[in-house]
Amino acid sequence: MSTRSIESKLAILSDAAKYDASCASSGSTKRDSRDGKGLGSNTGSGICHAYAPDGRCISLLKILMTNFCIYDCAYCVNRVSSNVERARFTVDEVVKLTIEFYRRNYIEGLFLSSGIIRSPDVTMSEMVQIARKLRHEENFRGYIHLKTIPDAAPELIAEAGLLADRLSINVELPTDAAVTQYAPEKDPAQIRKAMGHVRLRKENSKDRSHTGKRPPKFAPAGQSTQVIVGADASNDATILGQSTRLYSSYGLKRVYYSAFSPIPDSSKNLPLIRPPLQREHRLYQADWLLRFYGFELDEITSVTQDGNLQLDYDPKLAWALAHRGLFPLDVNRASRELLLRVPGFGVRTVNRILSTRRHRNLRYEDLTRMGVSMKKARAFVTATGWSPAALTDSADLRAKFAPPPEQLSLL
Amino acid sequence: MTIRMTMPMIGTAQAWRDAARGLINANVAPCDVSWGDETTPAGLWDSLPPPRTDKVLTVPKEFISIARSVVWHSDPSRFALLYRVLWRLRDTPHLLSDRADPELAQLRRMEKNVHRCQHKMKAFVRFRELGSPEDPRRSFAAWFEPSHFTVEPTAPFFARRFGDMDWRIITPSVTASFVDGKIAFSAGQSKPPLPEDASEQLWTTYFRNIFNPARVKVKAMQSEMPKKYWKNMPEAAAIPDLIASAPARVRAMNEAAPTLPPLRVEKVQQQLARLPESVWSGDADALRAEISACTRCPLHCHATQAVHGEGPMDAPLMIVGEQPGDTEDLAGRPFVGPAGKLFDEICAKADVDRSRAYVTNAVKHFKFIPRGKRRIHQQPSTTEIEQCKWWLDAERTAVQPRAIIALGASAAQSLTGNGEGIGKRRGKVHLLDDGTPVVLSFHPSYLLRLRDPVARQEASELLRLDLTRAHQLAQNISV
Repeated sequence: MSTRSIESKLAILSDAAKYDASCASSGSTKRDSRDGKGLGSNTGSGICHAYAPDGRCISLLKILMTNFCIYDCAYCVNRVSSNVERARFTVDEVVKLTIEFYRRNYIEGLFLSSGIIRSPDVTMSEMVQIARKLRHEENFRGYIHLKTIPDAAPELIAEAGLLADRLSINVELPTDAAVTQYAPEKDPAQIRKAMGHVRLRKENSKDRSHTGKRPPKFAPAGQSTQVIVGADASNDATILGQSTRLYSSYGLKRVYYSAFSPIPDSSKNLPLIRPPLQREHRLYQADWLLRFYGFELDEITSVTQDGNLQLDYDPKLAWALAHRGLFPLDVNRASRELLLRVPGFGVRTVNRILSTRRHRNLRYEDLTRMGVSMKKARAFVTATGWSPAALTDSADLRAKFAPPPEQLSLL
Repeated sequence: MTIRMTMPMIGTAQAWRDAARGLINANVAPCDVSWGDETTPAGLWDSLPPPRTDKVLTVPKEFISIARSVVWHSDPSRFALLYRVLWRLRDTPHLLSDRADPELAQLRRMEKNVHRCQHKMKAFVRFRELGSPEDPRRSFAAWFEPSHFTVEPTAPFFARRFGDMDWRIITPSVTASFVDGKIAFSAGQSKPPLPEDASEQLWTTYFRNIFNPARVKVKAMQSEMPKKYWKNMPEAAAIPDLIASAPARVRAMNEAAPTLPPLRVEKVQQQLARLPESVWSGDADALRAEISACTRCPLHCHATQAVHGEGPMDAPLMIVGEQPGDTEDLAGRPFVGPAGKLFDEICAKADVDRSRAYVTNAVKHFKFIPRGKRRIHQQPSTTEIEQCKWWLDAERTAVQPRAIIALGASAAQSLTGNGEGIGKRRGKVHLLDDGTPVVLSFHPSYLLRLRDPVARQEASELLRLDLTRAHQLAQNISV
């Protein structure tokens, strides 16, 4: 094992890390190295340095420290009972890779995760050591995301939060029962406890001391988590219900949904049916509606009987089609709350409509210039010189939005 | 006759600003100006520009920021369009808030193009090392072909990011260099031969392996990373092969039969069993451990943790609240949130040492509904209080307090079986079956909800009296 080249280690440990969906590098504190004493900057908005053919962006060097693991989580490629090739990076190797990639403008920073070796504390302290070396020895001012091990000691999580921009702890599955079934060594209550700990630490780091001094920032880009979709039988209402609780309880920046993906050497305990990637996409759309568009959870999930989102229509369109009595809305008069419910209108376009209609009446062409997707919105709005007439209530409106029929393969 | 304005390739933003200020102060209409860059041939009737003036011209801040981006667009008509809008702004200062004006819409589109081009430049420039990694100040260079003239406005970003190394970004139009902390611009050049860089091999290895063959979305990739950039990105060479081999790799994954776990699994699991107890699990007290593991009602699914009582196990006074709140749920300790802080103040006034009392709640898990970024407290139902009474009784048996104070309706419900009319019943002493006196009072969070400062002061005074009473009962002082 010790004779493995750094290239083969990188191959194994990046392959093992690809099932973590997050690659955000945004939302942290602004800093730079214009003083010439360090390397790296953070502008607050993230940069995707490349895209892989799976459509996912590559912003961070996303690797595992090691893919040896003592846990046996059925959905995970690195579980102890899997026969994948194993490797382990040393602290210096991770630091060198990060710095050399960063200098060539390949990445925004490091996303470090790890299998559990020996014990949660040992693993976490080695991860913290990597972050410490990057920050203090290499003066690295880029982005660091540390995947936190929920069972690791609170002091280790505390130090991790001071070094990293973002901490994340995966809740893995939508219900406690599913976690107990598929990840027997993980404790859902402990995962929540650790997330609560991070939130409290973050809030305490905002209080000034009696001299008015601010304590060092704790995980300035917040915390996030990931849920695997389709590995257990939970429906979308359950998944989104969990997300709303997580957002409200732990101040999460993001909940990532990851469609259960077939893995090499998969466990026989898992369904081999792969959920449609579209389901993951619809969950993200619903997540956005809940957070930025003023939708309530049951409004979105009550459109269908089984509590799953429709795959053929986005959740906002599905809601609008089920509530046609509210439409068409007059873009020149309707309130912000209602405009946000029009399919094809985003938060930004609604802001534009509100600022422009103070000066004059809006016409159909004006809306297209503001970036509205009128193909979707036209049936639901009226504007000066535009009325959808019978279109809003027409029986085949739903069919008009249906995805084009697909020819089945002959073979 | 038209006035000829020639904009330089380097320093375009400032040059346009000076020129436009001169023209508009000289009252030159947009139709009388012909704009061009160094490559535009001069017209037959061109005349010299008006002298520069320093007269102040006020325009909205937003226009300056749009102009500062649009001047770097590759469209030759950009200078004229900017000047036309500037001209119109004199008479209609609110023009910018009209998101539907066609000329402004075009300007905004061009601004967006430039921003996108800048963003892609920040993302897709790939440096190669020129010197040796051991040099005190390392040196890198990159060849890049942007769609617009974005090198100059983007160079400061690279200077802030790579402050401790020298770098050059060479493009066909302009070359930016950063040597010893200073940015300089010079004319563009054709593609130079840059030395091979060993890190590119590693980077391509990473790119190949981070790709998940089970989810191929080529369109999503190309919309964000258009093919025009591929030729200068080392990892892009791997893309065709990754796409071509993906279906076969997925098929192989699906067809592979489940394998037997490796032999070391058993050894690892023994090792796992020997792991020391996690520090999170806290003290080994049996009652507390049982409360933490409680699943008697569904509240445990959503709360972070059960919050058990705290205080000396021989405390004379027991303080019972309703349920943990947002802060208590995260911290795992009772009465540490806003209501807890208020309660501490009242304790101090009543001369009651909280650390000498046993502080707990009628219900051990937080009941809430999520609302955006906050959790809204929900009153526990009678069933939930009944289920949790089991634990409160167990705590009472263990502590054997000489007196109890019940704060709020839920605590009264749990201890006396009746939670109604706490406003009228407060101050009364209820005797439990075993003879322990229970003083009924308000919950401190009720005081927090009172808007009227006078009413709040009064209620706070009553709570202090009740607390004193309970304290005296606990000390066996006759009242």
